[in-house]
Amino acid sequence: MSILDAKVPAGPIERKWSEHKDHIRLVNPANKRSIDIIVVGTGLAGASAAASLAEMGYNVKSFCYQDSSRRAHSIAAQGGINAAKNYPNDGDSVYRLFYDTLKGGDYRSREANTWRLAEVSASIIDQCVAQGVPFARDYGGLLDNRSFGGAQVSRTFYARGQTGQQLLLGAYSALMRQVGKGKVKMYDRHEMLDLVVVEGKARGIIARNLVTGELERHGAHAVLLCTGGYGNVFFLSTNAMGSNVTAAWKAHKRGAYMANPCYTQIHPTCIPVSGDHQSKLTLMSESLRNDGRIWVPKKLEDAKAIQEGKKKGSDIAEDDRDYYLERRYPSFGNLVPRDVASRAAKERCDAGFGVNRTGEAVYLDFASAIERYGKMEANVHHIDNPSPEKIRELGMKVVSEKYGNLFDMYENIVGENPYVHAMKIYPAVHYTMGGLWVDYNLQSTVPGMYVLGEANFSDHGANRLGASALMQGLADGYFILPYTIADYVASDIRTGPIKTDTAEFVEAEKSVRERIDKFFNTKGTEPVDHFHKRLGKVMWEKCGMARNAKGLQEGIEEIRRIRDDFWANVRVPGKPNELNQELEKAGRVADFLELGELMCKDALNRNESCGGHFREEYQTEEGEALRDDENFAYVAAWEWTGEPGKDVMHKEELKFEALKLSQRSYK
Amino acid sequence: MGNMKLTLKIWRQADAKAKGAMVDYQVSDISEDMSFLEMLDVLNDRLVREGQEPIAFDHDCREGICGACSLFIDGRPHGPSRHITTCQLHMRKFKDGDVIHVEPWRAGAFPVIKDLVVDRGAFDRIQAAGGFVSVNTMGNLVDANAQPIPKLDSDKAFDAAACIGCGACVAACPNSSAMLFVAAKVSQYALLPQGRPEAKTRALNMVEQMDTEGFGNCTNIGACEIECPKDISLENIARLNREYLGAELSKE
Amino acid sequence: MARQGLFGSSLIKKYWMALTGLFLISFLVAHAGINAMIFFNDGGVTFNEWAHFMGTNLIIRTMEIVLFAGLILHVVDGLMLWRQNRAARPVDYAFAKHNANSKWYSRSMGILGTLILLFLIIHLWHFWVPSRNIVGSLEPYGSDAAGRENLFALMIEVFSNPVVVIVYVLGCFSLFWHLLHGFKSAFQSLGLNHRKYNGFIAFCGAAFSIIVPVLFAAMPVSMYLGWIK
Repeated sequence: MSILDAKVPAGPIERKWSEHKDHIRLVNPANKRSIDIIVVGTGLAGASAAASLAEMGYNVKSFCYQDSSRRAHSIAAQGGINAAKNYPNDGDSVYRLFYDTLKGGDYRSREANTWRLAEVSASIIDQCVAQGVPFARDYGGLLDNRSFGGAQVSRTFYARGQTGQQLLLGAYSALMRQVGKGKVKMYDRHEMLDLVVVEGKARGIIARNLVTGELERHGAHAVLLCTGGYGNVFFLSTNAMGSNVTAAWKAHKRGAYMANPCYTQIHPTCIPVSGDHQSKLTLMSESLRNDGRIWVPKKLEDAKAIQEGKKKGSDIAEDDRDYYLERRYPSFGNLVPRDVASRAAKERCDAGFGVNRTGEAVYLDFASAIERYGKMEANVHHIDNPSPEKIRELGMKVVSEKYGNLFDMYENIVGENPYVHAMKIYPAVHYTMGGLWVDYNLQSTVPGMYVLGEANFSDHGANRLGASALMQGLADGYFILPYTIADYVASDIRTGPIKTDTAEFVEAEKSVRERIDKFFNTKGTEPVDHFHKRLGKVMWEKCGMARNAKGLQEGIEEIRRIRDDFWANVRVPGKPNELNQELEKAGRVADFLELGELMCKDALNRNESCGGHFREEYQTEEGEALRDDENFAYVAAWEWTGEPGKDVMHKEELKFEALKLSQRSYK
Repeated sequence: MGNMKLTLKIWRQADAKAKGAMVDYQVSDISEDMSFLEMLDVLNDRLVREGQEPIAFDHDCREGICGACSLFIDGRPHGPSRHITTCQLHMRKFKDGDVIHVEPWRAGAFPVIKDLVVDRGAFDRIQAAGGFVSVNTMGNLVDANAQPIPKLDSDKAFDAAACIGCGACVAACPNSSAMLFVAAKVSQYALLPQGRPEAKTRALNMVEQMDTEGFGNCTNIGACEIECPKDISLENIARLNREYLGAELSKE
Repeated sequence: MARQGLFGSSLIKKYWMALTGLFLISFLVAHAGINAMIFFNDGGVTFNEWAHFMGTNLIIRTMEIVLFAGLILHVVDGLMLWRQNRAARPVDYAFAKHNANSKWYSRSMGILGTLILLFLIIHLWHFWVPSRNIVGSLEPYGSDAAGRENLFALMIEVFSNPVVVIVYVLGCFSLFWHLLHGFKSAFQSLGLNHRKYNGFIAFCGAAFSIIVPVLFAAMPVSMYLGWIK
């Protein structure tokens, strides 16, 4: 075990970033033309980084597995993006955004990174508006804000329920502009299958052309992984079907440490599972918690009746409802952070109060919001003594304007009108705070390989607040990496193009090819999904919302069995040299089967509860997470040693200078 | 498990050069809570177990926003329901015993890669021709609130920007025209002050690229608007017509 | 391949289609208005007077050339659109429910236009060719009560044949469907789409598409039935 140096610059926290920027090396414009950079992934982090680097003059190669770079999963983010603009004049500041993010992450993030994130947040909004991103505006034509979980100010900018889409399309448009200029060469339908390390430095990748099946060698002076999170290790998650850990995992095997892999965010407001056929879970934006009230019945017999279909939510009298978040956390109410809200839902459902057939759902009810807005509208329109129906009608109009697309989506999937019947929701895997370890410059433990966005272990600690992922992706891509990378590539201005016929590239390509052949040679009987579903079930049950030592040990054993079974019995049809979606899945699931074990191992090591990592053995009397700052105020960064499950842990100590550690309370 | 039985007639084509054909498949035990793609997952699972090649189709987010899923289902892009994508289409829209045709988008500019997968790279190239505001990344831009934008304009820009680039407009159009896609992008920027400086060249360049890609000509049939999962209005095409006319008449 | 020039881009073709279409619509107004003079039922005196004016006035004769140019432009443009649009979908759907998202006549402007063109050739052969003395002349029909050449008499003769009357009525039907799409479409093509006025334009389009073809169809029918003598 060693202690990792995050290379955080010295000085007071509010000066660190600007001082650092002022003193790192630069690359002059002419020399930038002789530097090649590979960017893997075209989400918010990848697209913004690729576009910014190309604008600066670097030669960029951009890769994505989707058929177009516009489809990366950042596009699915609904709610919004945080920025310390203080437009509503409710007392927001860089410090408050920093404080909320650090506290929201249960004090398990790197203080200096979190500060920097808050510091650049305002520029992101300026940049996006200049790009023509149509954020929501008020009638005066100025930008509108709403509030999100874990904050007591309104600092979330949004574009209806499609903020991620609009931000991504903004970054995509910047990327396409560079593609048009020839500064970015775009490789879509390409999947990175290995990192090539030459003399200890990341010098390229092996990518598979997903249409022809051809393996390609791409050399560069630096490689950026912007490949998102690994929530799909749970099979069911809100991630896109193709979201995967493969690029990050291959990099891990080539020397990049994996940090805090057990930190998983379970999002409280998703549409509950409907059956075994389910392929993915759909998120209902956290913004719904602004107006929706979460409850379950107070009486067990009411819950039973609902589960058996004998009663409906509307049959339960107001006094017999338990608005458990408002009860437990009066000051934040329904707007507690995601980990807290999810655990509270699980607690109620485990106690038997769930409100659907499986007992795994709680109500998200808009009835009182509809009434409140209806009365307000009646006042605005000078309607005296409005009837309850009129109030409902007016209120529904307001709710529909705010959340209409989400309500429609819910109705499509569930087949029930959420304006009439309270929505049913349940937590689902959404985001992974863990990821590849990076230093302050976003460089991994492999020199020349940088990791951005959700793929790095980043700024969110053990729990990410809503509307902070978009902020981080764009901060990394637009405003952090383009500066920090110069410091590294400045040494490469005389290196010349990276040759791809060296032994390292040959070896990497060979190992990728052998693995692909192995899939076809297994000639088993079971499709890939069969193993993925089994893995997902183990992960959800043993390494999900609540974990304990015994379960985690069992989980490790089970994952090993599934992995052995996979390599003995998987069937991959077709050929390697064609568009082969089963082969793509097989490669990803094989990596998940190794990652899953490391996640359990990391969770087992962390004998405390913090944020999304809840160890049942470590909780307060009220059932809140119980941190152990004495022993676990560190980042666990795992080094691959050649075998799954044999990773060795290194530590980065977390030091807090700007604020004091305290127990997180939302009461 | 559900109990619907369906006959699927699905386009199979081994690769871009192969000659394809419609192939019949029977599926049973389909639940009405399944999405259409989950129904195809069930079929593919069986095909793999039987040693056959599963059906290739594009999909990713499965929540109606990435625009990857396509499919011409039962004679219509994204199937029978309005304002949703294929991944949001659920089997409760069909009845036991239905015969459902499933085909790829058909357009010369969207060549089939395999089975139901088509190449929509033309859309990226159109975007690269002008679908952007030429602003570099910089940390010292003017404040986002320095320039108020009328809410109505901003809302209309958003309506246009909601396009997910799925290509249903092209698939629906008897002429295989990409006008709705191009119009949506041109409109979004034309409506915002940030997009005005480049409005003329944008309209000219994007239309030129659209024509180069081999899409058909818009004849105002209106099928695109009806089939658009994001409800992009024909008003945007009219706006593109205006923008382009002005640009063409005044270009030097 | 990028398309350049007069019929350059897809949008320029669209503008030509709209402009020539609106021009032809304006011609229809004049044509229907003047032909409606037969409904004075005065043995064609008023009608022949107008026909004489139209046949001899220099401005009108010049406009006739412009009209033909516009028609040819409309047809050639239409054919180019039709050909390119066919080529844009080399493999068609095995099964498509076009009616679920569009009107058949909007999709069939090429065919409707071709039918109208065929009708137009017949129509020109019947009236325009003899009245301009290209093949034959109006001489055999003598003069009317006011002493003018008698185009009216030619009409009476042509429309005494029931087959011709049916062809004309079918031609008017084609025109109706063609206009029902074309009128509205021309406004959209020129970018004239506004929520406030769309209803009005659509109403005018529908009204025009009905009134003009009905008026035209009423002429052969009423002559054949002997209402107009």
